Amino acid sequence: MLEVRHLSVNYRGIQALADVCFKLAAGRLVGLIGPNGAGKSTLIKAILNLIPIREGQVIYQGLPLKQQRQQVAYVPQRSQIDWDYPITVWNVVMMARTAHAGWFHAPSRTSREVVKEALLRVEMFGLRDRQIGELSGGQQQRVFLARAIAQQAELFLFDEPLTAVDKKTEALILEIYAELKAQGKTLLISCHEWGEALNHYDRLLLLNQRLIANGSPIEVMTLENIQCAYGVCPQPQRFHQSKETMYFC
Amino acid sequence: MLEWLLEPLAFEFMRNALITGILVGVLCPVVGTYLIVQRMALLGDVMAHSVLPGLAIAFFLRVNILFGAFVSGLLSAFLIAWLRSQTRIKVDAVMALIFSSFFALGVLLITLLRNKLDLDSFLFGDILGVTLTDVGRTVVVTLLILSLVKLFYKELLFYTFARDGAEAIGLPVNLIYFGLMAAVTLTIIASMQTVGVVLVVSLLVGPAITAYLFVKELHQMMVLGAIIGVISSISGMYVSYYLNVPSGPSIVLVGFGLFLLAVLFSPNQGILTRPEMVDRSTRIFRQLKDLRRG
Repeated sequence: MLEVRHLSVNYRGIQALADVCFKLAAGRLVGLIGPNGAGKSTLIKAILNLIPIREGQVIYQGLPLKQQRQQVAYVPQRSQIDWDYPITVWNVVMMARTAHAGWFHAPSRTSREVVKEALLRVEMFGLRDRQIGELSGGQQQRVFLARAIAQQAELFLFDEPLTAVDKKTEALILEIYAELKAQGKTLLISCHEWGEALNHYDRLLLLNQRLIANGSPIEVMTLENIQCAYGVCPQPQRFHQSKETMYFC
Repeated sequence: MLEWLLEPLAFEFMRNALITGILVGVLCPVVGTYLIVQRMALLGDVMAHSVLPGLAIAFFLRVNILFGAFVSGLLSAFLIAWLRSQTRIKVDAVMALIFSSFFALGVLLITLLRNKLDLDSFLFGDILGVTLTDVGRTVVVTLLILSLVKLFYKELLFYTFARDGAEAIGLPVNLIYFGLMAAVTLTIIASMQTVGVVLVVSLLVGPAITAYLFVKELHQMMVLGAIIGVISSISGMYVSYYLNVPSGPSIVLVGFGLFLLAVLFSPNQGILTRPEMVDRSTRIFRQLKDLRRG
Protein backbone atom coordinates (compact mmCIF):
# COMPACT_ATOMS: atom_id res chain seq x y z
CA MET A 1 0.00 0.00 0.00
CA LEU A 2 1.35 3.40 -1.01
CA GLU A 3 -0.01 6.29 0.95
CA VAL A 4 0.41 9.91 -0.08
CA ARG A 5 -0.51 12.24 2.78
CA HIS A 6 -1.17 15.95 2.35
CA LEU A 7 1.50 16.43 -0.28
CA SER A 8 2.23 20.04 -1.25
CA VAL A 9 4.97 21.19 -3.58
CA ASN A 10 6.09 24.67 -4.49
CA TYR A 11 8.12 25.23 -7.60
CA ARG A 12 9.99 28.54 -7.73
CA GLY A 13 7.31 30.28 -5.71
CA ILE A 14 4.37 28.77 -7.58
CA GLN A 15 2.19 26.17 -5.94
CA ALA A 16 2.49 23.06 -8.11
CA LEU A 17 0.65 20.62 -5.86
CA ALA A 18 -1.72 21.41 -3.01
CA ASP A 19 -2.65 18.98 -0.28
CA VAL A 20 -2.75 15.83 -2.41
CA CYS A 21 -3.91 12.74 -0.49
CA PHE A 22 -4.55 9.25 -1.82
CA LYS A 23 -3.81 5.58 -1.26
CA LEU A 24 -2.77 3.00 -3.84
CA ALA A 25 -3.49 -0.64 -3.19
CA ALA A 26 -1.29 -3.46 -4.47
CA GLY A 27 -2.45 -5.25 -7.61
CA ARG A 28 -4.15 -2.18 -9.02
CA LEU A 29 -3.45 -0.24 -12.18
CA VAL A 30 -3.95 3.44 -11.44
CA GLY A 31 -3.98 6.16 -14.09
CA LEU A 32 -2.99 9.73 -13.31
CA ILE A 33 -4.74 12.20 -15.58
CA GLY A 34 -5.10 15.95 -15.83
CA PRO A 35 -4.41 18.83 -18.22
CA ASN A 36 -0.91 19.89 -19.25
CA GLY A 37 0.81 21.59 -16.37
CA ALA A 38 -1.53 19.98 -13.85
CA GLY A 39 1.44 18.62 -11.93
CA LYS A 40 1.38 14.96 -13.03
CA SER A 41 5.14 14.69 -13.46
CA THR A 42 5.65 16.83 -10.37
CA LEU A 43 3.53 14.41 -8.34
CA ILE A 44 5.55 11.42 -9.55
CA LYS A 45 8.81 13.21 -8.82
CA ALA A 46 7.56 14.30 -5.41
CA ILE A 47 6.61 10.72 -4.54
CA LEU A 48 10.16 9.70 -5.48
CA ASN A 49 11.52 12.62 -3.45
CA LEU A 50 13.33 13.99 -6.52
CA ILE A 51 12.05 17.50 -5.82
CA PRO A 52 11.71 19.30 -2.50
CA ILE A 53 8.37 18.72 -0.78
CA ARG A 54 6.90 21.63 1.14
CA GLU A 55 4.58 19.52 3.23
CA GLY A 56 3.34 15.98 3.41
CA GLN A 57 4.56 12.42 3.53
CA VAL A 58 4.86 9.45 1.20
CA ILE A 59 4.52 6.18 3.07
CA TYR A 60 5.00 2.70 1.60
CA GLN A 61 4.17 -0.39 3.68
CA GLY A 62 4.16 1.74 6.82
CA LEU A 63 7.58 3.38 6.27
CA PRO A 64 8.67 6.53 4.42
CA LEU A 65 9.28 5.61 0.79
CA LYS A 66 12.60 7.42 0.66
CA GLN A 67 14.03 4.82 3.05
CA GLN A 68 13.18 1.98 0.66
CA ARG A 69 13.91 3.32 -2.78
CA GLN A 70 14.90 -0.05 -4.20
CA GLN A 71 11.20 -0.91 -4.12
CA VAL A 72 10.38 1.65 -6.81
CA ALA A 73 10.91 1.41 -10.55
CA TYR A 74 10.60 4.75 -12.33
CA VAL A 75 10.23 5.30 -16.06
CA PRO A 76 10.78 8.99 -16.89
CA GLN A 77 9.23 10.89 -19.79
CA ARG A 78 10.89 10.32 -23.15
CA SER A 79 11.97 13.93 -23.38
CA GLN A 80 14.02 13.56 -20.18
CA ILE A 81 16.39 11.08 -21.78
CA ASP A 82 19.47 11.87 -23.84
CA TRP A 83 19.10 9.43 -26.74
CA ASP A 84 22.57 10.31 -28.06
CA TYR A 85 24.25 9.02 -24.90
CA PRO A 86 26.84 6.40 -25.84
CA ILE A 87 25.14 3.39 -24.30
CA THR A 88 23.65 0.18 -25.67
CA VAL A 89 20.22 -1.32 -24.97
CA TRP A 90 21.78 -4.04 -22.81
CA ASN A 91 23.54 -1.59 -20.51
CA VAL A 92 20.48 0.65 -20.09
CA VAL A 93 18.55 -2.34 -18.79
CA MET A 94 21.53 -3.43 -16.70
CA MET A 95 21.29 -0.09 -14.85
CA ALA A 96 18.23 -1.51 -13.12
CA ARG A 97 20.60 -3.90 -11.35
CA THR A 98 22.92 -1.19 -9.99
CA ALA A 99 21.40 -1.26 -6.51
CA HIS A 100 21.21 -5.06 -6.43
CA ALA A 101 24.88 -5.43 -7.26
CA GLY A 102 25.91 -2.96 -4.55
CA TRP A 103 28.96 -0.70 -4.50
CA PHE A 104 32.21 -2.02 -6.00
CA HIS A 105 30.56 -5.12 -7.48
CA ALA A 106 30.06 -6.11 -11.07
CA PRO A 107 26.61 -7.46 -11.98
CA SER A 108 26.08 -11.07 -10.91
CA ARG A 109 25.04 -13.92 -13.16
CA THR A 110 21.51 -13.62 -11.75
CA SER A 111 21.44 -9.97 -12.81
CA ARG A 112 22.49 -10.89 -16.33
CA GLU A 113 19.76 -13.52 -16.45
CA VAL A 114 17.15 -11.04 -15.18
CA VAL A 115 18.20 -8.48 -17.80
CA LYS A 116 18.06 -11.09 -20.54
CA GLU A 117 14.58 -12.20 -19.45
CA ALA A 118 13.34 -8.61 -19.35
CA LEU A 119 14.70 -7.91 -22.83
CA LEU A 120 13.14 -11.10 -24.17
CA ARG A 121 9.80 -10.11 -22.61
CA VAL A 122 9.73 -6.78 -24.45
CA GLU A 123 11.07 -8.43 -27.63
CA MET A 124 14.25 -6.37 -27.65
CA PHE A 125 16.87 -9.04 -26.92
CA GLY A 126 17.89 -9.19 -30.58
CA LEU A 127 18.70 -5.48 -30.54
CA ARG A 128 20.64 -5.56 -27.26
CA ASP A 129 23.87 -4.28 -28.83
CA ARG A 130 22.25 -1.27 -30.52
CA GLN A 131 23.04 2.23 -29.32
CA ILE A 132 19.73 3.57 -27.94
CA GLY A 133 19.56 6.43 -30.44
CA GLU A 134 19.35 3.89 -33.28
CA LEU A 135 15.92 2.64 -32.15
CA SER A 136 12.39 3.74 -33.01
CA GLY A 137 10.32 5.57 -30.39
CA GLY A 138 8.38 2.44 -29.50
CA GLN A 139 11.53 0.35 -29.19
CA GLN A 140 13.09 2.99 -26.96
CA GLN A 141 10.06 2.88 -24.68
CA ARG A 142 10.29 -0.90 -24.54
CA VAL A 143 13.92 -0.66 -23.39
CA PHE A 144 12.83 1.46 -20.44
CA LEU A 145 9.99 -0.92 -19.74
CA ALA A 146 12.55 -3.74 -19.64
CA ARG A 147 14.64 -1.69 -17.26
CA ALA A 148 11.66 -1.29 -14.94
CA ILE A 149 10.92 -5.04 -15.09
CA ALA A 150 14.57 -5.94 -14.44
CA GLN A 151 14.57 -3.86 -11.29
CA GLN A 152 12.12 -6.38 -9.75
CA ALA A 153 10.47 -3.59 -7.80
CA GLU A 154 7.14 -3.58 -6.00
CA LEU A 155 5.97 -0.12 -6.98
CA PHE A 156 6.04 1.14 -10.58
CA LEU A 157 5.82 4.80 -11.54
CA PHE A 158 5.55 5.52 -15.27
CA ASP A 159 5.55 9.05 -16.66
CA GLU A 160 3.56 9.09 -19.91
CA PRO A 161 4.77 5.73 -21.24
CA LEU A 162 2.36 5.69 -24.17
CA THR A 163 3.51 8.96 -25.75
CA ALA A 164 4.77 8.46 -29.32
CA VAL A 165 4.72 4.68 -29.35
CA ASP A 166 3.51 2.34 -32.09
CA LYS A 167 0.49 0.02 -31.75
CA LYS A 168 2.64 -3.04 -31.12
CA THR A 169 4.47 -1.39 -28.25
CA GLU A 170 1.22 -0.08 -26.83
CA ALA A 171 -0.26 -3.58 -26.80
CA LEU A 172 2.91 -4.94 -25.21
CA ILE A 173 2.90 -2.28 -22.53
CA LEU A 174 -0.73 -3.06 -21.66
CA GLU A 175 0.09 -6.78 -21.46
CA ILE A 176 2.93 -6.06 -19.08
CA TYR A 177 0.71 -3.86 -16.91
CA ALA A 178 -1.64 -6.84 -16.60
CA GLU A 179 1.23 -9.18 -15.69
CA LEU A 180 2.59 -6.84 -13.05
CA LYS A 181 -0.89 -6.37 -11.65
CA ALA A 182 -1.34 -10.14 -11.43
CA GLN A 183 1.94 -10.32 -9.49
CA GLY A 184 0.47 -7.93 -6.93
CA LYS A 185 2.60 -4.90 -7.89
CA THR A 186 1.39 -1.35 -7.44
CA LEU A 187 1.30 0.75 -10.62
CA LEU A 188 0.83 4.50 -11.03
CA ILE A 189 0.84 5.71 -14.61
CA SER A 190 0.52 9.29 -15.75
CA CYS A 191 -1.27 9.31 -19.06
CA HIS A 192 -2.53 11.37 -21.94
CA GLU A 193 -5.06 8.93 -23.34
CA TRP A 194 -8.75 9.64 -23.56
CA GLY A 195 -11.99 7.79 -23.99
CA GLU A 196 -11.96 4.00 -24.25
CA ALA A 197 -8.31 3.77 -23.34
CA LEU A 198 -9.05 4.93 -19.82
CA ASN A 199 -10.97 1.73 -19.18
CA HIS A 200 -7.68 -0.14 -18.94
CA TYR A 201 -7.22 1.44 -15.54
CA ASP A 202 -8.78 0.15 -12.35
CA ARG A 203 -8.72 3.61 -10.84
CA LEU A 204 -8.09 7.12 -12.02
CA LEU A 205 -6.65 10.10 -10.20
CA LEU A 206 -7.74 13.38 -11.76
CA LEU A 207 -5.25 16.09 -10.91
CA ASN A 208 -4.97 19.81 -11.40
CA GLN A 209 -2.71 21.16 -8.68
CA ARG A 210 -5.03 19.42 -6.23
CA LEU A 211 -6.64 16.01 -6.47
CA ILE A 212 -10.04 16.63 -8.07
CA ALA A 213 -11.32 13.08 -8.18
CA ASN A 214 -10.17 9.62 -7.19
CA GLY A 215 -12.11 6.49 -8.11
CA SER A 216 -13.08 4.12 -10.90
CA PRO A 217 -13.05 5.58 -14.45
CA ILE A 218 -16.85 5.82 -14.34
CA GLU A 219 -16.81 7.77 -11.10
CA VAL A 220 -14.01 10.08 -12.13
CA MET A 221 -14.93 11.01 -15.71
CA THR A 222 -18.04 13.02 -14.95
CA LEU A 223 -18.79 16.30 -16.65
CA GLU A 224 -18.47 18.16 -13.40
CA ASN A 225 -15.02 16.73 -12.63
CA ILE A 226 -13.74 17.34 -16.14
CA GLN A 227 -14.97 20.90 -16.14
CA CYS A 228 -13.35 21.39 -12.81
CA ALA A 229 -9.99 20.01 -14.02
CA TYR A 230 -9.91 21.36 -17.55
CA GLY A 231 -12.04 24.45 -17.18
CA VAL A 232 -13.93 23.75 -20.42
CA CYS A 233 -16.95 21.75 -21.40
CA PRO A 234 -15.75 19.08 -23.82
CA GLN A 235 -17.82 17.48 -26.57
CA PRO A 236 -19.84 14.56 -25.28
CA GLN A 237 -18.67 11.28 -26.75
CA ARG A 238 -19.65 7.70 -26.20
CA PHE A 239 -17.12 6.46 -23.70
CA HIS A 240 -18.03 2.93 -22.79
CA GLN A 241 -20.60 1.40 -25.07
CA SER A 242 -20.94 -1.96 -23.39
CA LYS A 243 -22.49 -0.39 -20.32
CA GLU A 244 -24.49 2.02 -22.44
CA THR A 245 -23.43 4.90 -20.29
CA MET A 246 -22.55 8.32 -21.63
CA TYR A 247 -19.33 9.78 -20.41
CA PHE A 248 -17.68 12.98 -21.27
CA CYS A 249 -14.15 12.98 -22.35
CA MET B 1 63.91 9.44 -38.12
CA LEU B 2 64.75 7.49 -34.96
CA GLU B 3 67.35 10.06 -34.08
CA TRP B 4 64.78 12.75 -34.59
CA LEU B 5 62.50 11.00 -32.11
CA LEU B 6 65.21 10.23 -29.56
CA GLU B 7 67.00 13.56 -29.53
CA PRO B 8 64.56 15.39 -27.20
CA LEU B 9 64.72 12.50 -24.74
CA ALA B 10 68.29 13.40 -23.89
CA PHE B 11 66.94 16.31 -21.87
CA GLU B 12 65.49 15.65 -18.45
CA PHE B 13 62.84 18.35 -18.78
CA MET B 14 61.65 16.79 -22.01
CA ARG B 15 61.46 13.32 -20.47
CA ASN B 16 59.45 14.74 -17.56
CA ALA B 17 57.22 16.67 -19.93
CA LEU B 18 56.56 13.60 -22.07
CA ILE B 19 55.65 11.44 -19.07
CA THR B 20 53.31 14.16 -17.80
CA GLY B 21 51.91 14.58 -21.29
CA ILE B 22 51.11 10.87 -21.60
CA LEU B 23 49.44 10.79 -18.17
CA VAL B 24 47.41 13.89 -18.87
CA GLY B 25 46.61 12.54 -22.33
CA VAL B 26 44.94 9.54 -20.65
CA LEU B 27 43.37 11.37 -17.73
CA CYS B 28 41.77 14.32 -19.52
CA PRO B 29 39.65 12.33 -22.01
CA VAL B 30 38.42 9.96 -19.26
CA VAL B 31 37.24 12.83 -17.06
CA GLY B 32 36.16 14.88 -20.08
CA THR B 33 33.88 12.05 -21.24
CA TYR B 34 31.73 12.57 -18.14
CA LEU B 35 31.50 16.30 -18.85
CA ILE B 36 30.55 15.77 -22.50
CA VAL B 37 27.77 13.27 -21.90
CA GLN B 38 26.22 15.62 -19.36
CA ARG B 39 26.47 18.53 -21.84
CA MET B 40 28.78 20.25 -19.38
CA ALA B 41 31.91 20.46 -21.54
CA LEU B 42 32.26 24.16 -20.91
CA LEU B 43 32.29 23.55 -17.19
CA GLY B 44 35.83 22.27 -17.69
CA ASP B 45 36.77 25.64 -19.12
CA VAL B 46 35.01 27.49 -16.31
CA MET B 47 36.77 25.52 -13.62
CA ALA B 48 40.12 25.84 -15.32
CA HIS B 49 39.83 29.62 -15.20
CA SER B 50 38.36 29.55 -11.72
CA VAL B 51 41.47 28.05 -10.14
CA LEU B 52 43.31 31.34 -10.57
CA PRO B 53 42.11 33.21 -7.42
CA GLY B 54 42.98 30.15 -5.34
CA LEU B 55 46.44 30.01 -6.89
CA ALA B 56 47.06 33.68 -6.12
CA ILE B 57 45.88 33.51 -2.50
CA ALA B 58 47.74 30.27 -1.78
CA PHE B 59 50.92 31.70 -3.31
CA PHE B 60 50.58 34.78 -1.12
CA LEU B 61 49.92 32.78 2.06
CA ARG B 62 52.75 30.38 1.15
CA VAL B 63 50.51 27.33 1.39
CA ASN B 64 50.49 24.66 -1.32
CA ILE B 65 49.23 26.47 -4.41
CA LEU B 66 47.50 23.33 -5.63
CA PHE B 67 45.38 23.24 -2.51
CA GLY B 68 44.32 26.80 -3.25
CA ALA B 69 43.56 25.93 -6.85
CA PHE B 70 41.50 22.92 -5.77
CA VAL B 71 39.36 24.89 -3.32
CA SER B 72 38.83 27.73 -5.75
CA GLY B 73 37.86 25.41 -8.64
CA LEU B 74 35.38 23.49 -6.50
CA LEU B 75 33.90 26.71 -5.17
CA SER B 76 33.07 27.84 -8.69
CA ALA B 77 31.38 24.49 -9.44
CA PHE B 78 29.23 24.80 -6.34
CA LEU B 79 28.34 28.38 -7.08
CA ILE B 80 27.16 27.33 -10.54
CA ALA B 81 25.13 24.40 -9.20
CA TRP B 82 23.58 26.63 -6.53
CA LEU B 83 22.65 29.48 -8.88
CA ARG B 84 21.25 26.96 -11.32
CA SER B 85 18.97 25.39 -8.73
CA GLN B 86 17.85 28.63 -7.10
CA THR B 87 17.10 30.83 -10.11
CA ARG B 88 15.66 30.42 -13.57
CA ILE B 89 18.89 31.60 -15.21
CA LYS B 90 20.14 29.02 -17.70
CA VAL B 91 23.37 27.24 -16.97
CA ASP B 92 25.36 28.62 -19.93
CA ALA B 93 24.78 32.18 -18.77
CA VAL B 94 25.70 31.31 -15.18
CA MET B 95 28.89 29.62 -16.37
CA ALA B 96 29.90 32.58 -18.53
CA LEU B 97 29.52 34.97 -15.64
CA ILE B 98 31.25 32.81 -13.00
CA PHE B 99 34.12 31.98 -15.30
CA SER B 100 34.96 35.58 -16.17
CA SER B 101 34.39 36.83 -12.62
CA PHE B 102 36.68 34.23 -11.04
CA PHE B 103 39.31 34.85 -13.69
CA ALA B 104 39.05 38.61 -13.12
CA LEU B 105 39.38 38.10 -9.38
CA GLY B 106 42.46 35.96 -9.99
CA VAL B 107 44.17 38.56 -12.17
CA LEU B 108 43.29 41.29 -9.67
CA LEU B 109 44.67 39.29 -6.75
CA ILE B 110 47.90 38.51 -8.56
CA THR B 111 48.44 42.25 -9.10
CA LEU B 112 47.29 43.35 -5.64
CA LEU B 113 49.27 40.74 -3.74
CA ARG B 114 52.32 41.46 -5.92
CA ASN B 115 52.69 37.78 -6.65
CA LYS B 116 55.68 36.66 -8.64
CA LEU B 117 53.44 34.02 -10.16
CA ASP B 118 54.31 33.40 -13.80
CA LEU B 119 50.87 33.95 -15.27
CA ASP B 120 51.93 32.98 -18.79
CA SER B 121 53.06 29.49 -17.89
CA PHE B 122 49.85 28.82 -15.97
CA LEU B 123 47.77 30.07 -18.84
CA PHE B 124 49.49 28.30 -21.72
CA GLY B 125 51.65 25.58 -20.22
CA ASP B 126 55.40 25.46 -20.00
CA ILE B 127 57.11 22.14 -20.54
CA LEU B 128 60.48 23.62 -19.59
CA GLY B 129 59.22 23.95 -16.05
CA VAL B 130 58.04 20.36 -15.50
CA THR B 131 59.95 19.05 -12.48
CA LEU B 132 60.10 15.55 -11.04
CA THR B 133 57.73 16.70 -8.29
CA ASP B 134 55.21 17.70 -10.97
CA VAL B 135 55.58 14.28 -12.57
CA GLY B 136 55.05 12.58 -9.21
CA ARG B 137 51.95 14.64 -8.55
CA THR B 138 50.50 13.88 -11.97
CA VAL B 139 51.13 10.14 -11.44
CA VAL B 140 49.26 10.23 -8.12
CA VAL B 141 46.31 12.23 -9.48
CA THR B 142 46.03 10.02 -12.58
CA LEU B 143 46.14 6.76 -10.65
CA LEU B 144 43.68 8.06 -8.06
CA ILE B 145 41.11 9.24 -10.57
CA LEU B 146 41.38 6.23 -12.86
CA SER B 147 40.91 3.86 -9.92
CA LEU B 148 37.87 5.79 -8.72
CA VAL B 149 36.36 5.73 -12.21
CA LYS B 150 36.92 1.96 -12.36
CA LEU B 151 35.46 1.41 -8.88
CA PHE B 152 32.36 3.55 -9.35
CA TYR B 153 31.89 3.01 -13.07
CA LYS B 154 28.33 1.67 -12.94
CA GLU B 155 27.15 4.36 -10.51
CA LEU B 156 28.76 7.11 -12.59
CA LEU B 157 27.24 5.66 -15.74
CA PHE B 158 23.77 5.71 -14.20
CA TYR B 159 24.25 9.21 -12.77
CA THR B 160 25.47 10.77 -16.02
CA PHE B 161 22.84 8.99 -18.11
CA ALA B 162 19.84 9.78 -15.92
CA ARG B 163 20.38 11.83 -12.79
CA ASP B 164 16.73 11.51 -11.71
CA GLY B 165 16.74 7.77 -12.24
CA ALA B 166 19.93 7.43 -10.21
CA GLU B 167 18.43 9.50 -7.42
CA ALA B 168 15.22 7.48 -7.57
CA ILE B 169 17.04 4.24 -6.77
CA GLY B 170 18.83 5.96 -3.89
CA LEU B 171 22.28 6.75 -5.30
CA PRO B 172 23.89 9.71 -3.46
CA VAL B 173 23.69 12.10 -6.39
CA ASN B 174 25.09 15.16 -4.59
CA LEU B 175 28.11 13.20 -3.46
CA ILE B 176 28.63 11.93 -7.00
CA TYR B 177 28.43 15.49 -8.36
CA PHE B 178 30.97 16.61 -5.78
CA GLY B 179 33.25 13.71 -6.68
CA LEU B 180 33.07 14.48 -10.39
CA MET B 181 33.80 18.16 -9.83
CA ALA B 182 36.74 17.26 -7.58
CA ALA B 183 38.04 14.97 -10.33
CA VAL B 184 37.70 17.74 -12.93
CA THR B 185 39.56 20.21 -10.72
CA LEU B 186 42.37 17.74 -9.97
CA THR B 187 42.67 16.92 -13.67
CA ILE B 188 42.97 20.59 -14.50
CA ILE B 189 45.66 21.06 -11.86
CA ALA B 190 47.55 18.06 -13.18
CA SER B 191 47.36 19.44 -16.73
CA MET B 192 48.33 23.01 -15.87
CA GLN B 193 52.03 22.51 -16.55
CA THR B 194 51.64 20.93 -19.96
CA VAL B 195 48.69 22.66 -21.61
CA GLY B 196 47.86 25.50 -19.24
CA VAL B 197 44.48 26.48 -17.86
CA VAL B 198 43.22 28.34 -20.93
CA LEU B 199 43.69 25.33 -23.19
CA VAL B 200 43.04 22.40 -20.89
CA VAL B 201 39.38 22.27 -21.93
CA SER B 202 40.54 21.23 -25.36
CA LEU B 203 42.28 18.15 -23.99
CA LEU B 204 39.25 17.40 -21.79
CA VAL B 205 36.87 17.62 -24.72
CA GLY B 206 38.75 17.09 -28.02
CA PRO B 207 39.98 13.48 -27.81
CA ALA B 208 36.77 12.31 -26.13
CA ILE B 209 34.45 13.78 -28.78
CA THR B 210 36.72 12.46 -31.50
CA ALA B 211 36.27 9.02 -29.93
CA TYR B 212 32.50 9.62 -29.59
CA LEU B 213 32.24 9.60 -33.38
CA PHE B 214 33.42 5.98 -33.47
CA VAL B 215 31.84 4.23 -30.49
CA LYS B 216 28.52 3.25 -28.92
CA GLU B 217 29.50 2.70 -25.29
CA LEU B 218 30.85 5.06 -22.65
CA HIS B 219 33.89 2.97 -21.71
CA GLN B 220 34.88 2.71 -25.38
CA MET B 221 34.72 6.49 -25.59
CA MET B 222 37.12 6.69 -22.65
CA VAL B 223 39.60 4.13 -23.95
CA LEU B 224 39.70 5.44 -27.51
CA GLY B 225 39.71 9.01 -26.16
CA ALA B 226 42.74 8.19 -24.01
CA ILE B 227 44.60 6.75 -27.02
CA ILE B 228 43.84 9.87 -29.06
CA GLY B 229 44.78 12.04 -26.07
CA VAL B 230 48.19 10.37 -25.74
CA ILE B 231 48.84 10.69 -29.50
CA SER B 232 47.94 14.41 -29.36
CA SER B 233 50.10 14.97 -26.29
CA ILE B 234 53.21 13.29 -27.63
CA SER B 235 52.94 14.76 -31.13
CA GLY B 236 52.27 18.19 -29.66
CA MET B 237 55.34 17.97 -27.44
CA TYR B 238 57.56 17.15 -30.42
CA VAL B 239 56.10 20.01 -32.42
CA SER B 240 56.71 22.26 -29.44
CA TYR B 241 60.32 21.07 -29.10
CA TYR B 242 61.29 21.37 -32.75
CA LEU B 243 59.41 24.54 -33.64
CA ASN B 244 60.17 26.18 -30.32
CA VAL B 245 56.52 27.07 -29.69
CA PRO B 246 54.50 26.67 -26.45
CA SER B 247 53.46 23.09 -25.77
CA GLY B 248 49.80 23.86 -24.94
CA PRO B 249 48.76 25.23 -28.33
CA SER B 250 50.70 22.52 -30.19
CA ILE B 251 48.95 19.70 -28.29
CA VAL B 252 45.57 21.36 -28.72
CA LEU B 253 46.01 21.86 -32.46
CA VAL B 254 47.19 18.29 -33.07
CA GLY B 255 44.07 17.16 -31.18
CA PHE B 256 41.89 19.40 -33.31
CA GLY B 257 43.48 18.02 -36.47
CA LEU B 258 42.61 14.47 -35.39
CA PHE B 259 39.06 15.59 -34.60
CA LEU B 260 38.66 17.08 -38.09
CA LEU B 261 39.85 13.83 -39.65
CA ALA B 262 37.30 11.91 -37.59
CA VAL B 263 34.48 14.28 -38.50
CA LEU B 264 35.25 13.74 -42.18
CA PHE B 265 36.17 10.04 -42.21
CA SER B 266 34.57 8.22 -39.24
CA PRO B 267 32.96 5.03 -40.70
CA ASN B 268 29.40 5.63 -39.51
CA GLN B 269 29.27 9.32 -38.76
CA GLY B 270 31.99 10.84 -40.97
CA ILE B 271 30.64 13.56 -43.23
CA LEU B 272 32.33 12.00 -46.27
CA THR B 273 32.09 8.35 -45.28
CA ARG B 274 28.69 7.75 -43.73
CA PRO B 275 26.65 5.19 -45.64
CA GLU B 276 24.22 7.61 -47.34
CA MET B 277 27.09 9.83 -48.52
CA VAL B 278 28.96 6.86 -49.97
CA ASP B 279 25.77 5.79 -51.79
CA ARG B 280 25.27 9.29 -53.16
CA SER B 281 28.85 9.65 -54.37
CA THR B 282 28.76 6.22 -56.01
CA ARG B 283 25.58 7.29 -57.79
CA ILE B 284 27.09 10.56 -58.97
CA PHE B 285 30.21 8.75 -60.10
CA ARG B 286 28.13 6.25 -62.06
CA GLN B 287 26.13 9.04 -63.70
CA LEU B 288 29.35 10.80 -64.72
CA LYS B 289 30.64 7.56 -66.23
CA ASP B 290 27.38 7.09 -68.14
CA LEU B 291 27.61 10.66 -69.43
CA ARG B 292 31.10 10.08 -70.72
CA ARG B 293 30.02 6.89 -72.42
CA GLY B 294 26.88 8.47 -73.82
